[in-house]
Amino acid sequence: MKGEVPSLEAVSLTTTFRTRGGSVARAVDGVDLEVGQGEVVALVGESGCGKTTLARTLLGLERPAAGQVLHEGSALRYDARSLKAYRREVQLVLQDPTGSLNPRHTVYQAVAEGLRVHGLGGDEQARVAEALSRVGLRPAERYFLRYPDELSGGQRQRVVIAGALVLEPKVLVADEPVSSLDASVRGEILELLLRLRGELGLSVLVVTHDLGLAWNIADRIAVMYLGRVVESGPTEQVLADPQHPYTQALLSVVPETRHVEPTVLAGEPPDPTRVPSGCRFHPRCPALASGEAEAAGVADDCRSTTLPVLPAEPVHAAACFLSKARQGTLS
Amino acid sequence: MSLLRIEDLSVTYRTSEGDVPAVRGVSLEVEAGTSLGVAGESGSGKSTLAGTVLRLTPKTAAVTGRVLLDDEDVLSMSFGRLRAVRWSSASIVFQGALHSLNPLQRVGRQIGEPIRLHDPTLTRRGVDRRVGGLLSDVGLSARLAQSYPHQLSGGQKQRVMIAMALGCGPQLIVADEPTTALDVMVQAQVLDLLTALVRDLGVGLVVISHDLSVLATTCDRVAVMYAGRVVEQGRAEDVLHRARHPYTRALSAAFPTIGDPAARFAPRGLPGDPPWPGDLPSGCPFHPRCAEAEDRCRTEDVRLRSAPDVPGQQAACVHVGAPGREVAP
Amino acid sequence: MTPDAGPAGVPAAAVRSPRALRRARQRASVRRFWATYRRQRAGMAGLALLGLFLVAALAAPLLFSADELEVTKATGEVLAPPSKGYPLGTDEAGRSVLALVVWGTRVSLLVGVAATVISMTIGTLVGIGSGHFGGWAGGILERLTDWFLVIPFLPLAIVLATVLGSSLLNIIVVIGVTSWPGTARLVRAQTLAVESRPYLERARVLGGGHWHQMTRHVLPNVMPLVLANTTLTVAIAILSETTLSFLGLGDPFRVSWGSMLDNAFAAGAISAGAWWYLLPPGLCVVAVVLAFTLVGRALENVLDPGRR
Repeated sequence: MKGEVPSLEAVSLTTTFRTRGGSVARAVDGVDLEVGQGEVVALVGESGCGKTTLARTLLGLERPAAGQVLHEGSALRYDARSLKAYRREVQLVLQDPTGSLNPRHTVYQAVAEGLRVHGLGGDEQARVAEALSRVGLRPAERYFLRYPDELSGGQRQRVVIAGALVLEPKVLVADEPVSSLDASVRGEILELLLRLRGELGLSVLVVTHDLGLAWNIADRIAVMYLGRVVESGPTEQVLADPQHPYTQALLSVVPETRHVEPTVLAGEPPDPTRVPSGCRFHPRCPALASGEAEAAGVADDCRSTTLPVLPAEPVHAAACFLSKARQGTLS
Repeated sequence: MSLLRIEDLSVTYRTSEGDVPAVRGVSLEVEAGTSLGVAGESGSGKSTLAGTVLRLTPKTAAVTGRVLLDDEDVLSMSFGRLRAVRWSSASIVFQGALHSLNPLQRVGRQIGEPIRLHDPTLTRRGVDRRVGGLLSDVGLSARLAQSYPHQLSGGQKQRVMIAMALGCGPQLIVADEPTTALDVMVQAQVLDLLTALVRDLGVGLVVISHDLSVLATTCDRVAVMYAGRVVEQGRAEDVLHRARHPYTRALSAAFPTIGDPAARFAPRGLPGDPPWPGDLPSGCPFHPRCAEAEDRCRTEDVRLRSAPDVPGQQAACVHVGAPGREVAP
Repeated sequence: MTPDAGPAGVPAAAVRSPRALRRARQRASVRRFWATYRRQRAGMAGLALLGLFLVAALAAPLLFSADELEVTKATGEVLAPPSKGYPLGTDEAGRSVLALVVWGTRVSLLVGVAATVISMTIGTLVGIGSGHFGGWAGGILERLTDWFLVIPFLPLAIVLATVLGSSLLNIIVVIGVTSWPGTARLVRAQTLAVESRPYLERARVLGGGHWHQMTRHVLPNVMPLVLANTTLTVAIAILSETTLSFLGLGDPFRVSWGSMLDNAFAAGAISAGAWWYLLPPGLCVVAVVLAFTLVGRALENVLDPGRR
């Protein structure tokens, strides 16, 4: 993986929105992120952290206020033709499979839509059949004329994935791909994503709030808080030994984690129009509140010094003064 | 004496396409000061079950069995008695708090509504004081009573729903999917709140969720529903970690323990989909998706059986216990 | 939801193209539509009534020769009550009122339908355009709709009819041009609803441009609403035509229900007690409007999105 050009990259990406009150919401506030070839990266965070906005910006659905989106090394351009060509390389699977399919279109039409939009000739029927088989809907012909309301949630999600696959993209961005599906069906869809990575060498960026999902399928994980990546690295390292207090708190309250005493943070994340000074997590940080940060001598930094953007390196790193100080004393 | 006792409850909806049995012979018990979790996916009948506690099923539904709230059968009460019982003996926190609040009314007014209905003698100030007390009970500032729902976050709205449910001092609270659509942190806050309520107020709690691990951390006992029946029940720990029914095992495997190396790159799910209640398979309803199904599972339906080595745990599977040891509903 | 069931009625050995199969499916869905519609009694009554008027309009030349409309060739008595030769009596020129009413059906229906086609076309285009496009383009279309909506219909119609002259085509244009904003607003609201659905976003992500999004996704979802609204618009168009003809702005050489009422009033039919001259055209207008309204309501019920 080293030395290879990453499939998808965000470089100092910033995306902002104007709210109705006139203030600027910094939904994505300086993010460096990389998805390597054939890698599954999980982008994890709570609602409002900017992960969906980041995914949409990476897809070209939002224009960044600053920074760049790189696909295989070249920057994304926003004219209509470049965007259309880009869509063949990077595809999206949305959260709600029921809403993602036009109820008046048959499965065939839904899957063939991409082919028709791009005017890809050849044997359309064969390509649709192949995409459907690949996602496990066999025999494909039986599904051609079904309507979405005749399918279950899991089948609909497979159709959506087939519709993305038919364009033979290199990267798949999946936004909460299983959160609206039944629990017993989740495993199949996740297994499908892993299989596609293995069979087709797809790179996958999964946006989710579910740490268990990341544990299941992600090679690397990036944790977002209020528009920034606060911790990233290989999944085993980040989830087994989190360095950032936010990640530690998140992990501790996930019901599937049993080995830690839960740290339930008070309140909720502030809204993106009022990003706190210094480290954006400091008002809710248990380490600051408990005096740990003071003891390590970084409390002032936490409150007033802005942290640099966490670089998109494959190593485990956290954007936290305390963890940096600790590592400093260790080395 | 149990606070809530459901005896052989069956609810069948009458639709234009025929009868749909949403709940088929369910029996459950909840003691005061304890909590029961009901786990299930779509089509399992769990939401219908929740509604029957306050007789909230549509008129077209055929309901048999008994739902005993403090030894009174909710299903056969007179309507006047039912109105008195609703909210003061038992209340429900509905699914989807984000949509259950009236967007045009202030939150304080909505919380106060059942209070005013049940006790018309209370003055305005009395109601306001009660509402303020309820809000602080659920960890919100009393000033929030003046807000409209759209000004609150998801977590705050869910707490408001819980405050509403507490309004008339019920002995039993049924929470239907109280944490779905909430972030993990907010979910933890809400679950903590529910646990504290059980502990401090001594209410009985029934939590319905599709997330088995959420139930295991919050509830004392857990019952797993599939296709309108309870297919496993027992102590939360036992059901989560020593599940006897193949479905329960699959359900808990769907939410892997973080840190468990066996779950890395090995997502486990079940083939197929939860059955549509109007079109149930023959025999054991789980057999089409069961990895351990035998020939007889296709033809023989099976009811709950006691697990021989674990007291209080039951599963509806031919592989559990011996035939003839079926538990009477 | 059983994964094994294939399309009903298709033998496994037949290998037809998805297009042929889709056409078969569409035929089946039309049959289903008709079966559902048939169950609406009010809708069927409206449809029957409409059929009656349609037959009357088409068969007018067969039932009564065009000569009967000529004032110079009238043979009846002036303002005579119904009798054997003249089932609905005669008008002030001695023409058979029944013949006039039957022939008048043609004008009313023609104007109603033609004006509605214009109105629907403009309204749908503007509605989808203003709903789909944001920014200044959508804004302009929206302002245009609001502006036209606010203009009072009757004064505008009178001005236009006076300026353009009083021919049937002009009446059709006048009505079409003044009634499209209602449709446009409806279509815009529905377009906005569709635009917010995830499948529109998916179409964008797949690379679909504006044309693709509007024709493949918005239009099919908007059409049922438009169709149901169309029947109601025809009713309004017919009423409008009657009004304009009554005010003397219609084609003076064509008989329509409105012009009949105009002539009846001018001839003093009320004071003469000639009810046979006033009631038939009035009742016909009411009946046609009622028929279209019933059909429109029934269509709305059948096409209710809750079913899909």
